[in-house]
Amino acid sequence: MDAIHRKYLRMDKLPHIWCPGCGNGIIMGSFIRAIDRLGYDQDSVAAVSGIGCSGRITGYMDFNTLHTTHGRALAFATGLKMAKPGLKVFVFMGDGDATAIGGNHLIHACRRNIDMTAIIFNNHIYGMTGGQYSPTTPRDAYATTAPYGTMDPHFDIAKLCVGAGASYVARGTSYHAKMLTDLIVEGAEHKGFSVIEIITHCPVNFGRRNELETPVDMLLWQKDHALRMAKAAKMTDDELKDRFVIGRIHRADIPEYVEEYDRLIEMVRKGDTDRG
Amino acid sequence: MTKKNFEITVDRKLCKACGICVAFCPVSVFSRDHDDKAVVTCPAKCTGCRQCELLCPDYCVRVEEIVHE
Ligand SMILES: Cc1ncc(C[n+]2csc(CCOP(=O)(O)OP(=O)(O)O)c2C)c(N)n1
Ligand code: SF4
Ligand code: SF4
Ligand code: SF4
Repeated sequence: MDAIHRKYLRMDKLPHIWCPGCGNGIIMGSFIRAIDRLGYDQDSVAAVSGIGCSGRITGYMDFNTLHTTHGRALAFATGLKMAKPGLKVFVFMGDGDATAIGGNHLIHACRRNIDMTAIIFNNHIYGMTGGQYSPTTPRDAYATTAPYGTMDPHFDIAKLCVGAGASYVARGTSYHAKMLTDLIVEGAEHKGFSVIEIITHCPVNFGRRNELETPVDMLLWQKDHALRMAKAAKMTDDELKDRFVIGRIHRADIPEYVEEYDRLIEMVRKGDTDRG
Repeated sequence: MTKKNFEITVDRKLCKACGICVAFCPVSVFSRDHDDKAVVTCPAKCTGCRQCELLCPDYCVRVEEIVHE
């Protein structure tokens, strides 16, 4: 424990419940270092989460925190941001939380471009409930609900969010912990809806069933399969098979929702509603 | 220039014996004890890269530079 942990974590809630070697702890470390670098006052930060192992993160951090319902974190966060636009809102979700039960909220939050940062813990499985496959479980990977391998092709979360209109999209990993802090800082500073997809590891419910027995095996897998953009650009499709790109994937400067809403209110107040 | 020295400590109470620091320290500063928890065995080799601090999911490793007066 360092001064930074004592400052940003609720020390009376530690040790956390996450399993030995789970990526969630690494991500929480990268996140608090990002907040520290951004220099945000703790009372100006709101951390909102859904349900899942990843969702537990809001219980451990000393900000304004809201642990909501499964798949609905973005809906709560949207209300919060509209009511208190001054808050720096961060939304924490698992891959199941964000793209299965909460998939609809995710695409519409992207489309609206509301100013907040969504942090998606993609461990490719339902961790908390015991290893059922999720929309990001790779094809052929084993899960308790796919004893012969998953049949469904998986979502690429970053691509999905770019397609749905998010104005900042990046992908990091729990292995590249320093880079993850950089991406969270960049996403937070971006005005609009930012998505940070984090390829992370659930050794207990994904790794064990998929020949990645230990947390170390899982981190080595990330190290071997992640590619920086510049390197990926020089590779053929064949070489890119089974690999994934990390870093900033997309950034666009488009109108932000809360500002547009305020503009509309102003217009209506002035009676200036003629669009012709 | 003289080599920098570091003091590395592991909070044994918090350590969940995941083996991450042991595997990812580039110069093998750590080994595992009878409970598989991390112990510091070769601190003199430490380069201060802080990879162990960044990757420990339970924040039990601390690396501090020893400053000689
Ligand atoms: C409405 C509702 N449906 C189902 C559940 C049961 N449930 C709890 S967590 C979870 C999925 C967890 O997976 P993920 O979102 O990927 O998060 P992880 O635990 O892997 O971090 C499910 C289905 C619930 N709590 N609420
Ligand atoms: S079940 Fe998986 S995601 Fe949940 S705490 Fe354990 S290792 Fe982490
Ligand atoms: S700081 Fe780097 S070299 Fe030193 S113990 Fe940690 S991982 Fe090893
Ligand atoms: S990384 Fe942390 S929890 Fe894991 S063995 Fe090392 S000190 Fe223990």
